[in-house]
Amino acid sequence: MLIEIVEHIDIGEANKYLGSDTAGAINLFIGTVRNHSKGKTVLHLDFEAYEPMALKEMEKLGKLAKDKWPLYEVAIIHAVGSKLPGEPVVVIGVSSAHRDASFEACRFLIDELKNTVPIWKKEYYEDNSVWVNAHP
Amino acid sequence: MEILLFGITRDIVGKSRLSIPEHESIKTVGGLKAWLGMKFPAMSELSSLAVAVNSEYAGDELTLDKNSEIALIPPVSGG
Repeated sequence: MLIEIVEHIDIGEANKYLGSDTAGAINLFIGTVRNHSKGKTVLHLDFEAYEPMALKEMEKLGKLAKDKWPLYEVAIIHAVGSKLPGEPVVVIGVSSAHRDASFEACRFLIDELKNTVPIWKKEYYEDNSVWVNAHP
Repeated sequence: MEILLFGITRDIVGKSRLSIPEHESIKTVGGLKAWLGMKFPAMSELSSLAVAVNSEYAGDELTLDKNSEIALIPPVSGG
């Protein structure tokens, strides 16, 4: 598995890691910064991670996905630091013999990452900033 | 006892580490959460607040050891 927290995401790195002659499918999900949220213009996002725990949780998810679906490889890369609209902030990639497993596992991994991995983002608007999901 | 703070909990406390004096005699994860809620009312307004011990999510009954690495995990928002 390729499990990383980095300053700048290299999508090619995940793709290269997943490529193999036995895989018939590589599924890559790329999460990017959106320039609007709840009707407000987003200038940038700041990401921070509790890195040792985040890496552990990402690894657990990768193992869960590998137990659940017949996957060859899993890559989970998340960015930290300040990110501008359009920039990639997370890459989830899986390889498998057939496409169904790779689509399902990829969806599972990004959904679970958003629930359990200790990474936080703060959205910066023109007039203020908020930690996303902090309040009901 | 030293507590690592992230995200909004760091903003609430105003620093990235919180030292809790021994005389507060906090024994469990649940006790720590109750103490935080009294000391920092803004913590009670969060959607959720988890505690990690040695970088694993910990249940309220877990006994805290001052040699463990303890961290507050406010609602996560990665991805």
